[in-house]
Amino acid sequence: MGDIFSSLGLVVVGIAAFAAVIGGLYWLASQLPEPWRERARTVVFLGPGLLLLLGLVLPALINFRLAFYDRNGDWYGFGNYRDIFTSSNNIEVLMNTLWWGILVTGASTVIGVVIARFADRMRGEPIAKAAIFLPTAISMVGAGIIWNFVYSPREYGLLNSMIGLLPGEQDIQFFLQDSKLLGIDNQWIPGLNSLLIMVVIIWIQAGFATVVISAALKGVPDDLVEAAKIDGATDRQAFFRVVLPYIKGTIITVVTTIVIAVLKIFDIIQTMGKGGSFGTSTMANEMYEQAFPQDNEGLGAAWAILLFLAVAPIIYVNARNQRAMRGAR
Amino acid sequence: MSTLTMNNLQKKYPNGFVAVPGLDLHIDDGEFLVLVGPSGCGKSTVLRMVAGLEDISGGDLLIDDTRVNDKGPQERDIAMVFQSYALYPNMTVEGNIAFAMKLRKTDKGQIKQKVAEVAELLELTQVLDRKPGQLSGGQRQRVAMGRAIVREPKLFLMDEPLSNLDAKLRVQTRAEIAKLQRRLGVTTMYVTHDQVEAMTMGDRVAVLRRGVLMQCAAPSTLYESPDNLFVAQFIGSPSMNVVRGVVRSAGEEGIVLEVAGQSLALTGAAAQRMAGLAKYGGQEIAVGIRPEALGGDGEGQITVAVDLVEMLGSEKLVHASIDAVAVRAIDTGVEIGTGTSSTMIASLDPRRDVRVGERLTLSVDTMRVHAFDLQTGAAIGRS
Ligand SMILES: Nc1ncnc2c1ncn2[C@@H]1O[C@H](COP(=O)(O)OP(=O)(O)OP(=O)(O)O)[C@@H](O)[C@H]1O
Ligand SMILES: [Mg+2]
Repeated sequence: MGDIFSSLGLVVVGIAAFAAVIGGLYWLASQLPEPWRERARTVVFLGPGLLLLLGLVLPALINFRLAFYDRNGDWYGFGNYRDIFTSSNNIEVLMNTLWWGILVTGASTVIGVVIARFADRMRGEPIAKAAIFLPTAISMVGAGIIWNFVYSPREYGLLNSMIGLLPGEQDIQFFLQDSKLLGIDNQWIPGLNSLLIMVVIIWIQAGFATVVISAALKGVPDDLVEAAKIDGATDRQAFFRVVLPYIKGTIITVVTTIVIAVLKIFDIIQTMGKGGSFGTSTMANEMYEQAFPQDNEGLGAAWAILLFLAVAPIIYVNARNQRAMRGAR
Repeated sequence: MSTLTMNNLQKKYPNGFVAVPGLDLHIDDGEFLVLVGPSGCGKSTVLRMVAGLEDISGGDLLIDDTRVNDKGPQERDIAMVFQSYALYPNMTVEGNIAFAMKLRKTDKGQIKQKVAEVAELLELTQVLDRKPGQLSGGQRQRVAMGRAIVREPKLFLMDEPLSNLDAKLRVQTRAEIAKLQRRLGVTTMYVTHDQVEAMTMGDRVAVLRRGVLMQCAAPSTLYESPDNLFVAQFIGSPSMNVVRGVVRSAGEEGIVLEVAGQSLALTGAAAQRMAGLAKYGGQEIAVGIRPEALGGDGEGQITVAVDLVEMLGSEKLVHASIDAVAVRAIDTGVEIGTGTSSTMIASLDPRRDVRVGERLTLSVDTMRVHAFDLQTGAAIGRS
């Protein structure tokens, strides 16, 4: 208890000190004669932001340099990158991340569209949407623990219990250790365990997608759909050819947001994939595993750079889409 | 081509509101019918029932003698122009016009050709590959028209298609639509709350009040022989002057009305067309005179006090007070004003010299005097 209060006190003092410093500087700046006053004010307000930016950019640059060294701190050139693209373990990590991006994003968005469409104007729509959105509020670690109960091989494992209800003697399944899919075990396709972990994130992200898409659907003018029907379109044709294109911008936002979240997927791999064991690792997980538990900072840094390169174009697409959406209004 | 028939068509909204209690209307093949009435009278409701966008609560809707109550909008083979135009924003002008044909899997070459024809007709050729967002209001309106006519439907339905245009463009487009409709000969139902549009465009005009048909006739008939006070005051701008009067005498030799303490004698043909007034001897009625019937020569006379003169160029509108109570058609029937005087408007020759404050004797064209029952608002005519 005392700890909390002292921390809270520190926070308050910190904020007050910050406000005092900025306020004081602002006051000083206001005393200056024009044209210096305006410039000084600009600096006072931009200063903290620039400092924070420095705190972001500097580590990024250091990280970039770090990626050229091996685990002993010796110059390694592009060796870390070469290792990533040549070792079959690492290719599995890359492929896993790719599958995550495709499957989770695809499934979440499609589920979002389907639920949003059929729940639209249904009775009890707000309740249904709240229920679907709820998982979004759960932390990934919490979700991991909940779903571990579902997949567990122990007697409380929900899925195993359900399988046990099938006729005949059923073997206990170790779902989260099953890196095969339909008997196939290679680095190009994800294992059953990866797919089962993806289900958890789909469960979370579909809620987000549903709520956002549902709001967009409400913004589609009724008479567009009516015009399409008069033009001879069935409900389905009107939806796919008029409504979906109308909310295209929102769909792109949803897709890019989920892709970015999923490419950086980490905590759920830690809690459900046992830190990326049994072929479940992903880029963000590997970045952490190499840099800290494995003590290979160079390799971890290289993963970080690759992750950045993977996310950057998506952020670009997202930004351009946002601008296009604004332009359309 | 096609006809449209409504037999006792009814609409009750889910909240219990009866928007249309029962409408009988028939539109002939190739006819341009305008549905007009004040805001909220149910025009859009009727149109949307015809389009299939609104469920029909009762009665029959027939297109070409086939009952279509239970058919969806897709199966009715109609085209509609919305007030908002409802253009598909993600498609080009060409895509918008071609959409219906694409859905019907019409041959590609044929689509191209038809779109080109329509674009030519509506002067859209230059903008075929633009998106609706990049068009002017007038162009959007024409695209909406193009989308309708390209299909060669059985019926055109239009819901206030001009209300988003500025005044000048509206007048121009109004004429263009009327011309186009006559040229294509497609049966058309056109909704507007603007009586000028109704009068200028329609072969016939149906006037609606609270979902009830008040009169359906050719524009000139509506103007010259309105069936009731509501139509009389709705059609025409400025609207008909209606005040309370008394039937002093009505017989073989003629009719004498008393308006504002002045008597107005109707003789000959003017009396014959109001023979029905015989039953109202000694009673109060509503007397209606259009502003135009106060401007020229006429056998009757009425003296008024000039309050305001508006010079419009082509005419001079004189607002004058007269010692008679105004009568007005309202939503629920007839409303008799309070007080003892009311304002009349006369449309005079712009060259005539009229001063504010002067007492002016206006001549009344007795052939254009109307009488209405004070209780029901029904016009009193020959019988
Ligand atoms: N969905 C609905 N539920 C209940 N009442 C409705 C509904 N839609 C319309 N109404 C009512 O029905 C009446 C007729 O509406 P409608 O839209 O047909 O009027 P309108 O003649 O087209 O008017 P405007 O000229 O303003 O477009 C109005 O009183 C309106 O309030
Ligand atoms: Mg309307």
